[in-house]
Amino acid sequence: MSSAFPRLAVIALLVCGTAAAEARELRVCADPNNRPFSAEDGSGMENKIAELIGEELGAKVRYTWFAQRRGFLRNTLNAGNCDLVPGIPAKMEMLRTTRAYYRSSYMFVRKESTPKIESLDDPALKRMKIGVQLIGKDATNTPPVHALAHRGITQNVRGFMVYGDYESVDPVSPVVEAVASGGIDVAIVWGPQAGYFAAKQKVKLAIDPVPPSGLDGDPPMRFGIAMGVRKSDSDFAAEIDRALAARRADIDAILAAYHVPRFDEPGAQK
Amino acid sequence: MLQKSRWMALLASAPLCALATFSLAQDEAGKPVPPPFAAGPEDGQWTMPAKNVASTRYSDLGEITTDNAKNLKVAFTFSLGYNKGQEAAPLVIDNMMYIVSSYPNVLYALDLTKPGAPLKWKYEPKPAAASQGVACCDVVNRGAAYANGKLFFNTLDDFTIAIDAKTGKEAWRTKMGDINKGETMTMAPLVMKDKVFVGDSGGEMGVRGWAAVLDQNTGNIVWRAYSTGPDSEALIGADFKPFYDSDKGKDLGVSSWPADAWRQGGGTVWGWASYDPDLNLVYYGTANPGPWNADMRPGDNKWTSGIFARDADSGQARWFYQFSPHDIFDHDGVNENILVDIQWKGQSRKVLLHPDRNGYLYMIDRSNGEVLSANAFDYINSSTGVDLKTGRLQYVKEKETKPNEVVRDICPAPPGAKDWQPTSFSPKTGLLYIPHNHLCMDMEEVEVGYIEGTPYVGANVHMKPGPGGHRGAVSAFDFMAGKEVWSVKENFPAWSGALATGGNVVFYGTMEGWFKALDAKTGALLWQFKTGSGIISQPTTYKGPDGKQYLAVLSGVGGWAGAIVSGQLDKRDGTSALGFVNAMKDLPDVTTPGGELYVFSLP
Repeated sequence: MSSAFPRLAVIALLVCGTAAAEARELRVCADPNNRPFSAEDGSGMENKIAELIGEELGAKVRYTWFAQRRGFLRNTLNAGNCDLVPGIPAKMEMLRTTRAYYRSSYMFVRKESTPKIESLDDPALKRMKIGVQLIGKDATNTPPVHALAHRGITQNVRGFMVYGDYESVDPVSPVVEAVASGGIDVAIVWGPQAGYFAAKQKVKLAIDPVPPSGLDGDPPMRFGIAMGVRKSDSDFAAEIDRALAARRADIDAILAAYHVPRFDEPGAQK
Repeated sequence: MLQKSRWMALLASAPLCALATFSLAQDEAGKPVPPPFAAGPEDGQWTMPAKNVASTRYSDLGEITTDNAKNLKVAFTFSLGYNKGQEAAPLVIDNMMYIVSSYPNVLYALDLTKPGAPLKWKYEPKPAAASQGVACCDVVNRGAAYANGKLFFNTLDDFTIAIDAKTGKEAWRTKMGDINKGETMTMAPLVMKDKVFVGDSGGEMGVRGWAAVLDQNTGNIVWRAYSTGPDSEALIGADFKPFYDSDKGKDLGVSSWPADAWRQGGGTVWGWASYDPDLNLVYYGTANPGPWNADMRPGDNKWTSGIFARDADSGQARWFYQFSPHDIFDHDGVNENILVDIQWKGQSRKVLLHPDRNGYLYMIDRSNGEVLSANAFDYINSSTGVDLKTGRLQYVKEKETKPNEVVRDICPAPPGAKDWQPTSFSPKTGLLYIPHNHLCMDMEEVEVGYIEGTPYVGANVHMKPGPGGHRGAVSAFDFMAGKEVWSVKENFPAWSGALATGGNVVFYGTMEGWFKALDAKTGALLWQFKTGSGIISQPTTYKGPDGKQYLAVLSGVGGWAGAIVSGQLDKRDGTSALGFVNAMKDLPDVTTPGGELYVFSLP
């Protein structure tokens, strides 16, 4: 009987040791219904990228699912329920961001048969039915909304809430689907959403970048996208930066597979 | 500094000149009176949040007076079990008290006949958890209303529910909206005859606002009127006779917007409604236009930021008036409408009094929508007044907000000179008691935000205290003379309702947690009690089974103003809670979340 004790202890130690090795978790904050970015079934591009980061860190990815609306960061990352937000504009103030791992642009989405729109000052825009993504009110909206208003283009603009109908699959998709169905002539949509949903339509759609304009007071159309951590987690941010650099090629492949239009600045990610 | 001292001098002189007017009003025959349907003998109950359909929030109970209020003591307390902002009014019917908590909207029934008022039953509607993520500004609920044996209230996930007041059993529940499309409900219903009036919240989420009326017995929807869109859906027909030309015309709910923008034009109905049974008209305000930025929606954006008078039975609009045509400041028109009868220039007029977000106290003929007067009750620099000929608010061009441009010192700020916190009218003094804000804002630098995977830009709203450095006040206002009589400054916005009583005492709560009693005539502080958390609710009063007068109020900070505490927002992010956090950074230093009923009486 007495000899059983040390053996048990050894087993216990082994078990604990294994548990500790497995214990590292990469706790990711994500929206369960927001493709192409994230989805509860793991089918979003940020889900795939989070898996890569998990591999690099030797950690198992675990999600805190929460609709990415007002209060998202407060209820997830900043409540301590998770540690990493895989997609966030670089230098956003409410949290600490890594270096941008891609940079995209707002895009014109049109049928291939529709003539290309060169810029926001293209006279054709005054005649076309234009779909835009809406966020909220007055001073808070997507850059194309401000830019069009700035040009007095209002009568032919149709809004699509970025929140969509949350009960539907892919709440953001209607703005692109409306181009395919002919409900609107052109949509101005954030790059990753434009690329992903345009590729899904039965009708052939073309996407072209909205060029940064020379008009004074126009908002930017291109944004670098990084990963976000809590402001206090500087070491963790550095670790994520290293993982992003190490898996650069794999991440590029994922972004390409999701048709993300890229407008990276030369040398920015080296 | 120069400017500041000038303002202070102005504020200091206001009470003096106003006091003189007050005594005049008292002496005049024909001082304002509540309409006959709200003037009956005091029953000692409190059956609906605003006390009656005229929304006077006045009780004739007079045991507690200016002399003895200093002796008030806690009679009993009750914990609501939830710590988000508590905005509801405790109701008292047949010696029972009823309270609705903030999300998850539990309805409690307390037995006032037993010592300590123990819980008799509770009803848990179990709203969908996801509704919390949709609500714009804390998960508040403004309470229940009672009629014909039932209690009616709304849940955050868009149900209107009827409960048997005796048993606590659900009589019916009707789904009124869809949280997946951004709709929530926070308002207290209005009961009128055999009907219940309700409306929606969520203008920033692309919701098209509506008001609806349900049958008290069945929960069936009798009518629903949209705040934007074609006349057929806004229930505008042959009976519609607005007073001002800018409200006349066909389908203005479509033509005063760019094509199709009305489909998600906001104009939600989340505030207060009143009812005149003699005219059979229901009055309610519509919220700000959304979710478009102002430059994208040229036009008046009917029928947002205004007030409708509708036939209670058919829903058909009788008149409409727009407080803020083409609103650019988030100035919802949903504040309370207090119905009183007055003598005006030698004539009897049935009026409603509406202290708006835009800072003016409107006196409107409630039979036809004519604005008789519109006087500022707080500091305003974003407009110069209301043109009574056209009814138009006169905006100041330099204070208009524009993306990518810095505009400083815009007053009032988005929550307005006054938000939802309801006013009280005392027929004894003839005065309104207006709890309000005193906030200005800067529109600042463009910054990137991110929502649903979509980067956005915009100016940041930074709210700050108004001139003088305080953020709120409770003002006694002589609406006949158009003048303030007295005003008590509060460090934080006065975000609770006011209650006036027959003892000439005015009660309200502060965001620090003080429950205060003021002399209705002078504004002198008679008594105060520090509750556990900030007060943003609606105090009520009633006669207990022992014949004594009691006061009831919920303590529990939150709401839009208090979200920094109840939502534990990061004070470094001054733009959160839509820019309100910047003005409320010190609130967490003086109060913590709570959810508790306090009841007071004389020993």
